[in-house]
Amino acid sequence: MVAEQQNNGLHTEEMTLNFGPQHPSTLGVYQAILTLNGEYLVNVENVIGYLHRGMEKIAESRTYAQFVPYTDRLDYLSGMLNELGYVLAVEKLAGITVPERAEYLRIIMGELQRIASHMVFLGSMALDINGFSAWMYLFRDREKVLDLFEMVSGNRITTSYMRIGGVCYDLPDEFVPALNKFFSGMDKNFDEYDRIITGNEIFRARTQGVGVISGEKALAYGLTGPNLRASGVDMDLRRDTPYGIYPRFDFKVITGKNGDCFDRWMMRIGEMKESMKIIKQALQQIEDGPVLTKVPRVLKPPSGAVYHQIEGSKGALGYYLASDGSDKPYRLHIHAPSFVNIGAFPEMAKGGTIQDAVVILASLDPVLGEIDR
Amino acid sequence: MSSLSENLFSALKGEYPEKIEIIENSNSVIVLDTVIFADVINKVKEYGFDFLVDITALEEERLSCVYHFLSLADHEMIGIKARLDDKLEIPSLSREWLSANVQEREVFDMFGIKFTGHPDLKRILCSENFIGHPLRKNYIVTSRR
Amino acid sequence: MENISKGLVYFLYVVAFVLLNIMYLIYLERKFSAFLQQRPGPNRVGPRGLMQTLVDVVKLFSKEDIIPEKADRWVFRLASLLVMVPALLVYVVLPFGKNMVIADLNLGLFYFLAVASLSSVFVLMAGWGSRNKFSLLGGMRVVAQVISYEIPMIFSLLGIVMLSGSLKMTEIVSAQSKVWFVFLQPVAFVIYFIAATAELNRGPFDLPEGEQEIIAGPFTEYSGIRYIMFYMAEYTHMIAVSALATTLFLGGPSGPVLPSWLWFILKTYFMILLFMLVRWTFPRIRLDHMMNFNWKYLIPISLANILLTGIGIQIFQLMKG
Repeated sequence: MVAEQQNNGLHTEEMTLNFGPQHPSTLGVYQAILTLNGEYLVNVENVIGYLHRGMEKIAESRTYAQFVPYTDRLDYLSGMLNELGYVLAVEKLAGITVPERAEYLRIIMGELQRIASHMVFLGSMALDINGFSAWMYLFRDREKVLDLFEMVSGNRITTSYMRIGGVCYDLPDEFVPALNKFFSGMDKNFDEYDRIITGNEIFRARTQGVGVISGEKALAYGLTGPNLRASGVDMDLRRDTPYGIYPRFDFKVITGKNGDCFDRWMMRIGEMKESMKIIKQALQQIEDGPVLTKVPRVLKPPSGAVYHQIEGSKGALGYYLASDGSDKPYRLHIHAPSFVNIGAFPEMAKGGTIQDAVVILASLDPVLGEIDR
Repeated sequence: MSSLSENLFSALKGEYPEKIEIIENSNSVIVLDTVIFADVINKVKEYGFDFLVDITALEEERLSCVYHFLSLADHEMIGIKARLDDKLEIPSLSREWLSANVQEREVFDMFGIKFTGHPDLKRILCSENFIGHPLRKNYIVTSRR
Repeated sequence: MENISKGLVYFLYVVAFVLLNIMYLIYLERKFSAFLQQRPGPNRVGPRGLMQTLVDVVKLFSKEDIIPEKADRWVFRLASLLVMVPALLVYVVLPFGKNMVIADLNLGLFYFLAVASLSSVFVLMAGWGSRNKFSLLGGMRVVAQVISYEIPMIFSLLGIVMLSGSLKMTEIVSAQSKVWFVFLQPVAFVIYFIAATAELNRGPFDLPEGEQEIIAGPFTEYSGIRYIMFYMAEYTHMIAVSALATTLFLGGPSGPVLPSWLWFILKTYFMILLFMLVRWTFPRIRLDHMMNFNWKYLIPISLANILLTGIGIQIFQLMKG
């Protein structure tokens, strides 16, 4: 864009700006070192690690079951999906099969979590363009999902609902009516989002054509999930490398076209609708039965290593789990989608203004709990 | 097991009968030494595993780097485990896959493995003046457990 | 001597008016935004949270007055002290009711615009004096924005001046005795509204204090009582701009039944609510879009409006004469 402006003989200097770690729109403790030419960005450097808690080291001193609550603290906006990825990896390693009903419950909770996480995305991206009211609307609706989680697991964010071998509780009686009520309200809510923010002319001007990343570039940067699909690459692990019982459901993989911030925004709205479709199908197919299989109290998977990845709300969430035959993981590596996604931010933001950078950062949906682990 | 990985495995077996060990199951892994790493990666890319999923490391008797690749065409995944020697060096993939940049930095930070040819190899999660590599087995967490 | 005491009375009158209004404007803004966002808003202190602002102010007053060590101390202090001055000075020419104007200057409108635009100097001083990069960026944005939006604002008001034939506020008001200028000059009203939003640094033009980008812009380093000064100046300015819109477009204090000052306040609050509605529903515009919008659309349209007004007046006079 405008990195080279005419100086007309005036002496100008580039300015270094520490953007974060305490800043309203860095969504946590992310820091970017910006080199500015006026309002325009000449260089961007990522600085992460302020929230590093050594999750992978902690895992080596916990038993397999003990680590489940820790996964909630990775991407703290999608606890259910993190748990799901972890327990699936452990089950793959130990060869545990899960009761049918638990499979359905996992999918229902996982997709609900995806909706909640996308709502936070939409809200915080709207907030970064100062769409304050839109943010409030989206968080109002997210509360309802969190209420549902509270109903089944007793917790709202750090749910710890998934167990190795199933899930911990069956649905309470009031869950399904509450879920249906939430769904019936959502049609009106989608309409509201359209009117308050998506259809807004300023919002479109701020997001369309901003932070464009081509499909090839996105693949090279290893973007996954909605961020990759927004660039037109049709890849969704739920469909392509199916895990659990996803093949039983009929859903569309939403793809974008331009790979700009607006497409990344629309992706999430489309995915929320698809997630609702999956949950509706799951509620029709689900049958009574046990929700937790018998798992030995001290779980000792045979030695070996697996890599299991699921479609998290931010992208492909992978767990590399190596066992030495003891009751604790020998090594657990968490492949966090945000960690890779944020790697593309410097290139996407370069050449734009600070205002663009804020939008682009929000549109990548980074969660620092997951980046820094 | 689809044709992609079978092709790759037979090609690799033909070319490096001794230096390579292939574990074929649902999670196929190629185990190899760093000497032939660059060539194998080229082969892997050539045979259609074109998306770098993940880079990490594993410490057994020796350290090894673990790579996972995905084929975008038929979504098959393979793992590559490159055993390192005492120099702890391995060629960087950040030229072919930009996503390797941050992930290699993380492995460097956590394990101290040097990626030769990496444009900006420095710590990423720990601070610059941190001593040691936390995920190595000889790094003992002393204070709180 | 008489002049001084008179001036003092007027000064106290304006300050009281402004402070009382601000107290409840802040409350109104919070309640109004809460209403738009389907949440209760402040409701703890006093009945329905009416005392909330008071408590907030007491809290801010009790804060330590922090001046950054590396700041340009004099500029930093002066900015916070002087920013209220132009904001209060503009009230001199506003007709609050029938015969309720402090000084009915012949150049009233001109005076208003000239003094009102002064406040941007102090905001720039704050941005420069803080020695904070976010403040500096904010200060630069203020100047860019205020200077460029001043032009369409003045052009839009020229139509009014042509219709009423005077810059005197009371004469502009009396020229609207038959029909309000908002009906004769709807385009000018819209342009004035947009440009005034930009002058006030309110959303969608709140770039200078764009929280998500530059934290609080020029006010980042200010705390406690100095922060209150800027906050108050902003609201004082908003009341003044709304009052000007009332005077120029909505017939000023004229109206049936109710006393004239009440009409004036009602109309002013209508304008204020309009500003608030816009602020809480629109996202923030980007700097280059804002400049484009100003130079490519607002200024040409406002110029065309002047031309049309001139032609209209000629035709009207021809038909009459």
